[in-house]
Amino acid sequence: MSTEKSIWRKAYEWHEERLPIVHWLDHSLGTKYPVPRNLNYWWNFGSLAMFMLAVMIFSGIFLAMNYTPHVTLAFDSVERIMRDVNFGWLIRYMHSNGASFFFIVVYIHILRGMYYGSYKAPREVLWWIGILIYLAMMATGFLGYVLPWGQMSFWGATVITNLFSAIPGVGKAVVTLLWGGFSVDNPTLNRFFALHYLLPFVIIGLIFLHIWALHVPGANNPLGIDAAPADKIPFFPYYVAKDVFGLGVFVVIYFTVVFWFPNILGDPLNYVKANPLQTPPHIVPEWYYLPFYAILRAIPNKLLGVVAMFGSILIMFVLPWLDTSRVRSANFRPVYRVFFWVFLLNAVTLGWCGSQLAEGLPLILSRIGTFWYFFHLLVILPVLGWVETPKPLPASISQPVMKAAE
Amino acid sequence: MKKVLLAAAAVFALATPAALNAAEEVHIPKEEWSFNGLLGTFDRAQVQRGFQVYKEICSACHSLKYVSFRNFETLGYSEGQIKTLAAQYEVEDGPDDAGDMFKRKAKASDPLPHPFANDAAARAANGGALPPDLSLMTKAREGGPDYVYHLLMGYKDAPAGFTVMPGLNYNEVFPGHQIGMAKQISDAVVTYADGAPNDAAHIAKDVTAFLHWAAEPKLEARHSTGLRVLIYALLFAGLAYLLKRRIWKDIPH
Repeated sequence: MSTEKSIWRKAYEWHEERLPIVHWLDHSLGTKYPVPRNLNYWWNFGSLAMFMLAVMIFSGIFLAMNYTPHVTLAFDSVERIMRDVNFGWLIRYMHSNGASFFFIVVYIHILRGMYYGSYKAPREVLWWIGILIYLAMMATGFLGYVLPWGQMSFWGATVITNLFSAIPGVGKAVVTLLWGGFSVDNPTLNRFFALHYLLPFVIIGLIFLHIWALHVPGANNPLGIDAAPADKIPFFPYYVAKDVFGLGVFVVIYFTVVFWFPNILGDPLNYVKANPLQTPPHIVPEWYYLPFYAILRAIPNKLLGVVAMFGSILIMFVLPWLDTSRVRSANFRPVYRVFFWVFLLNAVTLGWCGSQLAEGLPLILSRIGTFWYFFHLLVILPVLGWVETPKPLPASISQPVMKAAE
Repeated sequence: MKKVLLAAAAVFALATPAALNAAEEVHIPKEEWSFNGLLGTFDRAQVQRGFQVYKEICSACHSLKYVSFRNFETLGYSEGQIKTLAAQYEVEDGPDDAGDMFKRKAKASDPLPHPFANDAAARAANGGALPPDLSLMTKAREGGPDYVYHLLMGYKDAPAGFTVMPGLNYNEVFPGHQIGMAKQISDAVVTYADGAPNDAAHIAKDVTAFLHWAAEPKLEARHSTGLRVLIYALLFAGLAYLLKRRIWKDIPH
C-alpha cells in the first residue's frame, strides 16, 4: 500500500485550506459537536423542523413556477396545478399539509423547551431567536394561506390585516399600506406572494443564528443539569442516526395525511373562489393560529384584544426571567410539572374556542383561558420558583444512566 | 409511548376544528364509497352513470368549468368516444379572420361548456340565485361527498311551524334548511343504458361519485402512489431503527 496521498485527498486538503467547509460542518453537526448522551426523542423535533422547512421551500419553488398571483387567475392556477401539472397534486398537498406539520413539529419543539427549561440561562438568546423563527413562520403561513384566493384566504386576510387598524393614530395608514389600496385586492395578493417567497429565506438565516446560539452553551438535556464532557457523545453518528430514525417515523405520519387525508386540516370553504361580496358566516384561521385567535376575541375591546394576542407571544421573550426557578427540567419540579400540563391543556382549549363562534360557552372558556394563559406566565411561574421545593438533582448525567444500566 | 400517543391525540384534536364545528350542525351520516380506503378507486360504471345524471339534469343550471372532455379518458372513454361526446356540444370561438365570433363543435381539449352566458344570465334564469359551479363541490362543503348525497336526498316536507320563504325549498341538511334549488332527484328521473337501479338513492349516489371524480381527478394516482411511498417510508424507518440500535449499542442511556 502506498502512503502517497491520492489526488482526491490532495484536492480536498487544498480546498479545506482555503475554505474549511467540511471542518465547519464537522464542528456544527458532525463528530466534533459534543451532545449530552441522555437526550430523549423529544429532542428530535429540531431536526424535523429543519426537514419540514426544506420540504416547504422545495415544494414551494415548484408551486411558484405554476402559480399566478392575480385575483382573476390565482384560484384557477391552483386548480390547474391540481389537475394538469405533472404531480402538481402531490406538490401542492405536500405544501399545504406541510405547513400544518411544520407547525406541529415546531409546537412540540417549543413545548419540549418549556418542559425541560431549555430557555433558562445560559440559553436565553437561543430562545429569543426561536421566538423570532416562530413569528416569521406565523407570518409566512398567513401570507401563504392567502395565495390560493379561496373564500377563507380572502376573508382571513381581511380580518387579520384589519387588526392593524386598531393601532391608535396610524392604524388606518398601516392597513392601507398592507393592502396596497383600500381593500384586500390584487395589490394585496401580489405583495403577499412576494413576501411569502421572501420570509422562508429569512427563516433560514434565523436558523443559522439559532444553531450558532445552540453551540455556545451546547444542548440542554432531560435532566436539565450541565453535562460534563465525559457525559457527551459526538452528534455524528449517534444523534444523526437517532434523528434519521425519527425522520422515518415522522414521514410515515406526514405522508399518510398527504396521500389519504389531504384536506382534513383545511377549511372546505377555501375550495370556493374568493368573493368580496359574500362574507362567510364563520371566518376561522388555520388551526395553528386558533389559540391566539381565541385570545383576540376574548377581549371585547379591539385594541386591547390585538395587544393581548400579540402580547401572548411577545411575553415569551421574558419567559427566562418570569420563571424564577434555577432548576431547568420539570422532572425535578413536581409542582411546575402539573402547571405545565395545565398550561398545555389550556392552550388546546383556547384552540378549540378559536374554532367556534365567539359566543356562549366558547366565549366564556376563551376568557378563562386567556386569563389563565397570562396568570400562568406572570404570576404562577415567578411565585413557583420561590415556593416550590425541587427534587434533589443528580450529581451528573452518568449517575442515573449508569444506575439504570446496572 | 403512551405519553407520545396522548400528545399526538391532543395535537390532532386541536388540528381538526372543522370536525368539531360539524357537531353544532346537522349530523350527516357516512356513506360507503368505492373511492374511500387505502386503495379506493372510482367505480367506472358508477361515475359514467353519474355523468349521465349530470348531463341530463344538473347541467341545465350548473357548470363544471374545471373539467374538460379530455379528462374523460381516465373514466374509460376511448378517444373516439370523447370526440363524439364533445361534438354534441357547441362552443363559441373566434374571432375569425373577419373579426367575427363563430360557433363550432366542442373538441376534446375544451372544458365542459357553461349552461349560461354569464352569472347575470344564470341568476336571471334562477330567481336571483346563482347555481354554483360543481367542479369542486364535494371538497367545498363540510362533509364532502356524504353531504352532497344527503343534500340531494334531503328534500322533505318542512316540519310544522317552519316557514319556507317563497321560491325556496326545505332541505334537511342544507344550512338554514332553505335552499334555492328545487328537488331534482327522484325515482326513475334517468334511465341507465346498463340497466343499473335508478331509484332516487342510486341516482344521487351515482352523480355524487361523478362529482367527486370531477373534484379530485387524481385520487386514484394519489392512493396508488401513496401506498408505494408509505411502504418505502416504513422500510426506511425500520432500517433506520436497526441502524440506530447498532450505533448506540455501546452507549448506556
